[in-house]
Amino acid sequence: MKIFKIFLIIFLSLGFIQSQSEEKNNDLKNKILKNIRCLICQGQSVYDSESDFASSIKLIVNKKINEDMSEDQVYKFLIEKYGDWIIYEPTLNKNTYVLWLLPLLLFLLGGAIMIKNLKFKK
Amino acid sequence: MKSKLILIIIFTFLIFCFLIFYKGLDKPNIYTPKTNIEKNVPIFKAKDFYSNTYINSKNIFIEENYYIVNVWASWCAPCRKEHPLLMKLSKNKTIKLIGLNYRDNLKNAKKFINELGNPYTQILIDKDGTLAVEFGAYGVPETFLIDRNKKIIRKFVGPINKIIIEEIKTIIK
Repeated sequence: MKIFKIFLIIFLSLGFIQSQSEEKNNDLKNKILKNIRCLICQGQSVYDSESDFASSIKLIVNKKINEDMSEDQVYKFLIEKYGDWIIYEPTLNKNTYVLWLLPLLLFLLGGAIMIKNLKFKK
Repeated sequence: MKSKLILIIIFTFLIFCFLIFYKGLDKPNIYTPKTNIEKNVPIFKAKDFYSNTYINSKNIFIEENYYIVNVWASWCAPCRKEHPLLMKLSKNKTIKLIGLNYRDNLKNAKKFINELGNPYTQILIDKDGTLAVEFGAYGVPETFLIDRNKKIIRKFVGPINKIIIEEIKTIIK
């Protein structure tokens, strides 16, 4: 009876761990799919689309996650196949330096002007 | 002096914004794939159309030949249109055609080939479309030209036409 109880606990724990890991993978999959543009549908992510292309991408993303690929590795794989356009959130590269750095520069410039004005008022 | 500097900064910023938007006007808001690409042939395993056995990509692209990978389906009308041109191209000995049967019903696909002829040295089944993704295709028909170094050097989106056939012939000369 005792052995049975131990086995039951181990069995339930394994089941719990597995379901936790599946949930984690599912969350990651949904996060990635929401950030992938459906190339044949206007203004829809792969997550929202039911097109042939979107369903193939969903299968590929699932496969890559099961192969233990990280989020960035999945994006890298897709960018290699379709270019930067496939990702909604652009990665930092020579084509997107201005896009990423301009707001920061403007913020710093604005801050500098504010500090200068405050000092001047004092 | 100070107000002049602020004016210059604002003016430069506005010019910059104008140029960005002006440049953006020329860009289409739909996906336009790059056709002059150079990337390695993906490594994959796929089912053969006739034998239904799995084949490794390493055993497909073995010869020192140019290869064409054509993504097709029996339900795709433009594929029917480009098929006679593929039949003609298949007579060229310096190139081998590989067909990728995309999300198709096997029975219909076989009927399509029996009716229009088989230009392919090998046909692979891509039941769920994942193999097409490995090649970077996003629809049918799409055609990829692979050089002797097993690199994809050209991608043709849409049906093949006479101009494309001439371009392929020039490349493989």
